[in-house]
Amino acid sequence: MNKILLIIQREYITRVRKKAFIIMTLLVPALFAGMFAVIALVANNKDDTMHVVYVIDDGGSFKFKDEAFVKFIYPGGSVDAAKRNLKSDDDLVLNIPANPKDTVQLFAKKKTTLSLADNLQEKMNEIATGARMVKAGIDTASLHKIKSNIVIKSTEMTATGEQGTNMASTYALSFAGAILIYMSLFIYGAQVMRGVIEEKTNRIIEVIVSSVKPFQLMAGKIIGVGLVGLTQFVLWISLSAAIGYFFGADQSTIHNKVYSFVHNLGSNAGYELFCFFFYWITGFLFYSALFAAVGSAVDSETETQQFMFPITLPLLFTYILSVSYLFTVPDSPLSVWLSIIPLSAPVAMMMRIPYNVPGWQLGLSMTLMVLGFILTTYVAARIYRVGILMYGKKASYKELAKWFFYKE
Amino acid sequence: MLSIRNIVKQYAGHTALSDVSLEVKSGQIFGLLGPNGAGKTSLIRIITQITAPDSGEIFFNGQKLDQSHIERMGYLPEERGLYKKMEIGEQMIYLARLKGLSRDEATKRLKVWFAKLGMETWWKMKIEELSKGMQQKAQFVATVLHEPDLIILDEPFSGFDPVNAEIIKNEILELNRKGATILFSTHQMESVEELCHAIVLLNRSKKILEGPIKDIKSAYRNDIYLVEYEGQQLSLSGTAPFEVVAETTREDNLHTIKVKLRGGSTSNDILQYLIPKTRVNMLKEVIPSMNEIFIEKVSKTA
Repeated sequence: MNKILLIIQREYITRVRKKAFIIMTLLVPALFAGMFAVIALVANNKDDTMHVVYVIDDGGSFKFKDEAFVKFIYPGGSVDAAKRNLKSDDDLVLNIPANPKDTVQLFAKKKTTLSLADNLQEKMNEIATGARMVKAGIDTASLHKIKSNIVIKSTEMTATGEQGTNMASTYALSFAGAILIYMSLFIYGAQVMRGVIEEKTNRIIEVIVSSVKPFQLMAGKIIGVGLVGLTQFVLWISLSAAIGYFFGADQSTIHNKVYSFVHNLGSNAGYELFCFFFYWITGFLFYSALFAAVGSAVDSETETQQFMFPITLPLLFTYILSVSYLFTVPDSPLSVWLSIIPLSAPVAMMMRIPYNVPGWQLGLSMTLMVLGFILTTYVAARIYRVGILMYGKKASYKELAKWFFYKE
Repeated sequence: MLSIRNIVKQYAGHTALSDVSLEVKSGQIFGLLGPNGAGKTSLIRIITQITAPDSGEIFFNGQKLDQSHIERMGYLPEERGLYKKMEIGEQMIYLARLKGLSRDEATKRLKVWFAKLGMETWWKMKIEELSKGMQQKAQFVATVLHEPDLIILDEPFSGFDPVNAEIIKNEILELNRKGATILFSTHQMESVEELCHAIVLLNRSKKILEGPIKDIKSAYRNDIYLVEYEGQQLSLSGTAPFEVVAETTREDNLHTIKVKLRGGSTSNDILQYLIPKTRVNMLKEVIPSMNEIFIEKVSKTA
């Protein structure tokens, strides 16, 4: 059996067996389920109690129409009298002063729900506007005819014909993908780094490299950790989908939502999923090689800071720009270049995916990603083979450069 | 078995090995000696192919050293280490498989070793749960589990209590009897005299002494003898075939003198001179210990 496979196997199995891995793998879909539960509760928790609103309209210009759960009564008399006469906790007193510049007040024994107050405010504005239009000589009936009611339905033109798409779900998926890539590159990259430091400080490194080439050890570790990451993603996605499905089964509204979300992704889902895995794998290989080199150069995790900062900076920069810039101006030169340069491409390209990235840009970005990880792996391997056997030497960039040029 | 020819290794700024050659014969226990920083670890790392020399060649059983020989070697580094969180049994099998053993074969051999060294209960334990001495024992087993032809041990006895050091020493001797060649690097000269057939002494990247222990020691004989006699103290005149280097007397008229032969004389001349004068209890040649040779050679070249 090839030795690199043995190393991959060990790295994979020891990590997958860890409690932290199992907990994380189960916790995320559980949170997902929790999120659905909250949405369901909120959606089902419509205000369906009967409210009676006692209107004290000093000016007498507001006439409300009763609705399913709101009844309007005009008791006359003073506000205080109306307040005293409130029978139920769900009843309210609405005081509209004669002077429109004075504040309109709503009194209730309980805190009023925001939606009810909003509802009343909207109605009053409508009535007031109508009244002013009449005053100004505008015929409200003809105004209604003039008023347009535009609803945008976005349609995507693709090679296979026009398709209705729901932009929200594609954005959501690509944004989630970008964040997941951003976080997991650090999480799993740091795992590679910690693994290297562990072997170095344990001093087992010398035993291992007397059996295998340092490159085999480094590659085995990176691939092993990468497979752990992939396992976690696959489990997250399938567990979440399963939970979403079973959860949605009896809550028809939620089920519909999940269904429509997935349905709306349409053909994009496969494409986005492919891009996600491609950028995650190449991005992981690109960055974890650098993390491995850093791990080999230090004696403990606290010394990694000076090297970590420049490595993490481009990704952090891209991440900060993601929502405010990449989403809003996805075709600007900066956005395009960020999504092509391998340092930032895994996050930046994921953000641009919903905007029909031109083929040449995607092709160039993917090619550079592959070349990029080959380059970082080569550079990292040269530093790694020297670094792992160096103890007590304070590594500087100059030192790393020297290691790079060492002969075997 | 192992033929090292003109090895040169330079690190930025300093030379670790300059033109070092040595021959380790099959079945030997070979001592690699030298003060700290002499280049022993550098040489071992070149033999184990962790690093490559700048120039020079190494032959393993007559073949130029390559990757395939790695599985024929077992290496116990001076700085010991195992995966702290991994179970011992699993870890040792992993290390043996990296040396080319199958899982079944490794398991079988490991059971034999564990039984032999009283480690049966350790199988499911983690390294961090073991004492330092126990860890060393486990690591020794990991080094020899794949039955290498060449066993390289860097300070094998450090970290062992006397009882365990004795156990390990006997295991080394048994492995050697079964045909393994042993290259071992140490500062403990007593164990060198006890175990090694031949040595090489490195100092400041250069080889300064080599050969079988017996030859080296006889080359370092300097005609010093220890004589014990009984009776009246002798006043030894210039006619004696030796010079007195040191003299001690005990209350019961027992005298010990350390003498150095004058040119051309032998131990018999000492006896011929003394016997008519007194009663000689003992005559013994003082052969320098490896420790003395080590110190003498190293301080001379320093």
